[in-house]
Amino acid sequence: MLDHVEIAVDVRSAVKRYGEFTALKKISLSIQDNEFFTLLGPSGCGKTTLLRMIAGFEDVTKGEIMLFGNKIETLPPHKRPVNTVFQNYALFPHMSVLDNVGFGLEMLGKSVPEARKRAAEMLELVQLSQFAQRKPAQLSGGQQQRVALARALAPSPKVLLLDEPLSALDMKLRKAMQIELKHIQRETGITFIFVTHDQEEALTMSDRIAVMSAGELQQLGAPREIYEHPRNMFVADFIGDTNLLEVSVDKIVEGRAYCQLGGNHTLTCNAVDDVGVGAKVHLSVRPERLILSEQATEAESLKGTVVENIFIGTDITTIVNLDDGPQFTVRTSNSDRGTKRLIAPGSPAFVNMETGAARLLVD
Amino acid sequence: MAGVAASGGSVAADTYAKARHWLLAPSWLVLGFFVFAPVCVMLIYSFLTKEFRGGVIWEFSFAAYDQFFFDRGLFGDAEPTLQWTYISVFWRSIWQAGLATILSLLIGFPTAYFIATRPEGSRAFWVFLVTIPYWVNLLIRTVSMKFLLRDEGPLNELLINIGLINDPLHIIYTNLAVQLGLFYSYLPFMVLPIYASIERYNFTMSEAAADLYATKWTALRRIILPAVKPGVIAGCILVFVPSLGAFLAPDLLGGAKNFMIGSLIEEQFKGNAGNWPFGAAASMVLLTMVVVILLIFARQQRRAEAQS
Amino acid sequence: MSANTDVKTYTGFRFMTILCLVILYAPLAVVTVYSFNASSSITVWEGMSLRWYVDVFVGPESAKFKQAAFNSFSIAIIAASLATAIATAAATAIVRGGRYKLRVPSLGLITLPIMVPEIVLAVSTLIFFNSIGFTRGYLTILVAHTAFCIPFAYLPIQARMQGIEDTYEHAAMDLYATKAKAFRRILLPLMMPGIISGFLLAFIVSLDDFIITNFVKGAGIETLPTAIFGSVKQGLKPNIMAISTMLLGLSVVMVTISHFVSKWDNTK
Repeated sequence: MLDHVEIAVDVRSAVKRYGEFTALKKISLSIQDNEFFTLLGPSGCGKTTLLRMIAGFEDVTKGEIMLFGNKIETLPPHKRPVNTVFQNYALFPHMSVLDNVGFGLEMLGKSVPEARKRAAEMLELVQLSQFAQRKPAQLSGGQQQRVALARALAPSPKVLLLDEPLSALDMKLRKAMQIELKHIQRETGITFIFVTHDQEEALTMSDRIAVMSAGELQQLGAPREIYEHPRNMFVADFIGDTNLLEVSVDKIVEGRAYCQLGGNHTLTCNAVDDVGVGAKVHLSVRPERLILSEQATEAESLKGTVVENIFIGTDITTIVNLDDGPQFTVRTSNSDRGTKRLIAPGSPAFVNMETGAARLLVD
Repeated sequence: MAGVAASGGSVAADTYAKARHWLLAPSWLVLGFFVFAPVCVMLIYSFLTKEFRGGVIWEFSFAAYDQFFFDRGLFGDAEPTLQWTYISVFWRSIWQAGLATILSLLIGFPTAYFIATRPEGSRAFWVFLVTIPYWVNLLIRTVSMKFLLRDEGPLNELLINIGLINDPLHIIYTNLAVQLGLFYSYLPFMVLPIYASIERYNFTMSEAAADLYATKWTALRRIILPAVKPGVIAGCILVFVPSLGAFLAPDLLGGAKNFMIGSLIEEQFKGNAGNWPFGAAASMVLLTMVVVILLIFARQQRRAEAQS
Repeated sequence: MSANTDVKTYTGFRFMTILCLVILYAPLAVVTVYSFNASSSITVWEGMSLRWYVDVFVGPESAKFKQAAFNSFSIAIIAASLATAIATAAATAIVRGGRYKLRVPSLGLITLPIMVPEIVLAVSTLIFFNSIGFTRGYLTILVAHTAFCIPFAYLPIQARMQGIEDTYEHAAMDLYATKAKAFRRILLPLMMPGIISGFLLAFIVSLDDFIITNFVKGAGIETLPTAIFGSVKQGLKPNIMAISTMLLGLSVVMVTISHFVSKWDNTK
C-alpha cells in the first residue's frame, strides 16, 4: 500500500441515539479513496444508520464525519457531494428512465439538454440506452437496479453509497451484478461504501470490510483477514460456517496454546494476546480446514464417530461426534470423492487439523 | 363521517418537519375560525335569552335547556315536570335512525359480502356501482324517493298493474318512508367499511370451520361475524350518526307525525317565530349525543386494534 | 366449484345485492324517465318529449335557475380549489411532518366538519356570522363551504400521500434537490391523483350541500339545491325532474372521472 493514502470518508467517534435507544456507539473508521468498502452486519446492527448519516438523512448525535477533509455532518443531503443507490432503488415512478438519470445534474444547475446528454451516456455505461424513454415500472428488477446506479453515478459523486442494492434481486442476477458493480467501481475510481447483511456478497466484492453488530465495530480488515482471522466470536460465527468450541487453555508454550476440549481431547493453536492460561474461551475452526481419516495420522488426531454425511452439491458435509466430546462439522470438496472414500455413519473416524486452522477468540 | 378511521398514519416521515406549522396554519385558521369557534359561540348562545324577532339578548339564562327538558305550565309558574314534547322528538329520531341502521345492515352486509367474494378484478366495479348514488345530490335522491313512493307514484302503479294490490299502499309520510329515505341516503357508508373488513378476512378460516363440521351459517355467525365486527360497527355508526341529525328525509318524506331533531332545530331559525337559544340548546344536546357515540366507538376500535 | 364444496358462497346474498342495487337505482331511473314526459302532470305518461328541459332553460323560472346554477358552480369551484390547497398543505404537515404534539389535535380539527352533524354545523355557522355581524350572502356561503369541504379534500390526499414512501424525497435530496424542489418535482406529481380525487369530492360536496347553505345564504340568494327545495315544497313539478336528471348526469360523469383518476397511475 502507498504511504500516502487519501481518506475519502472519516467517521470520528460518531454516536447516534434515538431517545433512549443507542443505534451507534461511538464508531470511528476511515474509508480510503478509490476503495470498495463494505459495512457488514445483521439487521439492526447500525450499518444502514451509519450510511444514512454519511448521506445526510440522519443527524449525528455526537462526533464528526469528514469528507475529503471537510466537515459534512451538519450539511443537508443536497449539499453533500455523495450519492446513494437506495435499497428499493427509489426511482421516481412518474419520470422516464432518462429524466431519472438526469435529475441530479438538473438539480446541480445543468440545463435540461445537457443533463439528458450526460444521462444518455450513463445509460450507455449500464447498457440500458434502449429503455431511456420507459417508466421505471416497465423495467425488470435488474434493469431498475442499473438505472438506480446510473442515476447515482451521473453527477460524478465523490463517494457512492449503496444500501443493500442487490437484496431484491434473485440469486443469479445478484451474482452477475456483484461482478458488474466491482467492475464499475474499478473503472470509475469512485469510492463505494456498500451496506449488506450478506457475508458472501461482502467477501466477493470488497477491498475492506467493517463487520458491525449492536451498534459497534467488531472487526475491520480485508476479506481474507476477516475470514481467516476473526477477532471475536461474533465475527467467526457471522462470517462463513465454523466449528465454535468451548475450550479451556491448559498452558501456553512458545506461542502455542494447549487447549482442553472436554472428553480428554486436546488441540494446540497459536496463542493470542488477550487469552492467558486457565481462560475459558471459544475456539473457531472452519469446516473446510479439517481433514477426516480412518486412521490416526498424527499425534493430535481427534477420535470420534461419523453421525451423518450430507450432500450439498459442491461439497459434502460430515458430522462427527468426538468420543465423550463436542461435535465437529467437516467439509470435503465433492471433487475429492474419487480419491477419498466417504466414511459410513456409525464408523469410527479421526479429525485432523491443518496447522494454523484453529483460532482462539476474544469473546 | 368517513374520517372516524383516519389516523394520519403511524410512520414518522419528517421531510417537511420544519415547515409543518406554516403548512398547518391555513387549515387552523379556516377551520378554527369557521368551524371550531362557531360551535363555541353556539354553546354560549344556548345560555342566552331569546329575542322575539329572532336572535338573542346578551343575558345569561338556562331558559333554553329548561324549556327543552321541563314543563312549567302555561305561565311558567307551575311545578316543573318533565317535558316530553322535545324529548320524544329526540327519542323518535333515535328510533328512526336505529331502524334505518338495521335496514341498512340487513341489506348492506350481504351486499358487502357478495362484493368481497367476487373475483378481484370485478370488485372495484361493484363498489363503484354501490357508490354512484352517493355522489348524486342528496336532495335529488330524496325527491326521487318521494316521487317513487307517492300514492299515485310509479311503485304503486306497478304493484296495482301486476295485480299484487288493489288500493295504493300508503307509504309516503310514514315512518317507513323516512327510514327508507335515511337508508337510501347513507347505505354506501354501511357497505364500504364492511366490504373493507370482509376483503381482509382470511377465507381459509371458513374452510377450517367447515372442516371442523360447522355448517355455513354457523361459520358465518361464529367465525366471519366476529372477525369483521369492527367493520360492521363502523358501518352502523356511519349510518346512525348522520341519520340522527338528518333533515331532508324526514322533512320531505315524513309527515308532521314523523318530526325529527333536524326539523325541530331548523324551525327555531326560520323567520321571526324562531327561538335561537332553544335551537342552539337542541343542537348542543344532539352534538353531545354524537360525541358520546363517537367516543364509545373510538374506544372500541382501539380495543379491537389492541386485540389484533 | 360446486355449491357443496364452496364455503364462501351464501345462498340469498346475491339476491340481496341485486335488491340493494334496485333500491339504489330505481328512484333515480324513475325520475330520469319521467323527466322526458310530455305531460304537465307528473302522474300521467304522455310520451317522450324534451319539453321540460327546454322549460328549464327558457321557461318562466329559467332566470332563477340560471342564477342559482351560476352561484352553485362558482361557489363549488372556488371552495373546492381553496379547500384542496389548504388540505394539501395540511396533509404534508401531518404525513411528512414527523411526530409532534399538535399533530393529533390538527387531525381532529381537520376532520371536525365530518364529525359534527351537518345541522349543528349549519346552526353554529349561522349563529357565528350573526354574532360577528356578517351580512349573509354569497360570501358567507363561500366561506362556510370552503371550511366544510376541507376534510373531504383532505382524506383522499392523505391516503395517497401515505402510500408514497419518503425514500423518493430522500433520493431527490441526495441528488441535490432542495426540499422545496423535491416537493414540487417529486412529491406533488406523485400525489396528483389524490389531489384530483380530493378536489372532485370537495366539488361534489359543495354542489350538493343544502342544509348549511340554507342556513347561511340569507334572503334573495339561491343555490341549485335551495332553489330545488323551495320548488319541491310547493309540489313536485316536471321541470324539477329535468334539472334533477341533468345534475344526476353530472354526478355520474364526475364519479366516473374520480373512479378512473383513483385507479390512474402516473407511473406507468
